[in-house]
Amino acid sequence: MNVYIYIACMAGVTYLIRVLPLTLIRGEIKNKTLRSFLYYVPYVTLAVMTFPAILSATQTPISAAIALVIAILLAWFGRSLFQVAVLSCVSVFLLELFLK
Amino acid sequence: MNRKKQFLRGMKAGIPISLGYFAVSIALGITAKRAGIGSLQAALTSLLINASAGEYAGFALIATGATYLEVLLMEAVANARYLLMSAALSQKLKRGVTTWQRLLLGFTVTDEIFGVSIAEPEPLDPFFTYGTFCVATAGWTSGTFVGAVLGEVLPLRLLSALGVGLYGMFISVFIPEARKNRVVATLVVVSFGASLACEYIPWVRDISDGVRIIALTVLISLAAAILFPISDREKEEQT
Repeated sequence: MNVYIYIACMAGVTYLIRVLPLTLIRGEIKNKTLRSFLYYVPYVTLAVMTFPAILSATQTPISAAIALVIAILLAWFGRSLFQVAVLSCVSVFLLELFLK
Repeated sequence: MNRKKQFLRGMKAGIPISLGYFAVSIALGITAKRAGIGSLQAALTSLLINASAGEYAGFALIATGATYLEVLLMEAVANARYLLMSAALSQKLKRGVTTWQRLLLGFTVTDEIFGVSIAEPEPLDPFFTYGTFCVATAGWTSGTFVGAVLGEVLPLRLLSALGVGLYGMFISVFIPEARKNRVVATLVVVSFGASLACEYIPWVRDISDGVRIIALTVLISLAAAILFPISDREKEEQT
């Protein structure tokens, strides 16, 4: 078995999955249900990926849980993506100084 | 706004992604090394694939000497959510984006890059996404390399803090929309609950992350689309 063929298989399949909808769906979708579905997809999929996965991303679930609440509050009150991302890192770092 | 400006704005959005990627992909590099893959080969994989779950699953299969077909199928399942993301992006693109641009844009679809692209005001200029991708993939590829070469030496505390940044990014995409739209707010709560429940329900908890994410996304979004279809006028007001 050749590692480069493995890599080529992985890269090929992944690229096809990513590129097919973008190249095949050229115009605006008219169907109302489908349009609504695609409008909801990003928020649902990002939410599903965030929780509970975030709890196992750090050294202790507590620091991640507090960072989750801080990030939600910051985002709710209109902080930018950059600020939310950086401040959640900073809060985990500081919390783990005390928790561990 | 011209292409150069969009590209630079995209690069700025890519900085926190790149830092988070660097931290997360170090673990990936360590996995690759254990699977008997060289440091440069691991970095090449990350440069070409840019998908954490897909790469983990791939490396794990390679370690067991799986067939090429098994690796193909595993990648298709682990990365199937990109089908949905790519379809959602197709509706956000500005008119007259050429096939070449679409072929290029397809290469850049990752969870985080998709996240910042969706958070952009409509219509999306692909050059914004290219800027984000260039900065982000530099972190992802170099992190994988560093992980494969000297992973176990790096301080856990730093990696732990950087890793959470990726979730911070997801949060800053869906929370502002949830504040504007009560249906989205409900969906976020439902998604959190359903995703948590899947960790505990017997049999369901054994399903791979990739399948779980796509199944929940399709079920919840479809239910919402049927129960709360969104009219064009409504969408204009909200975005």
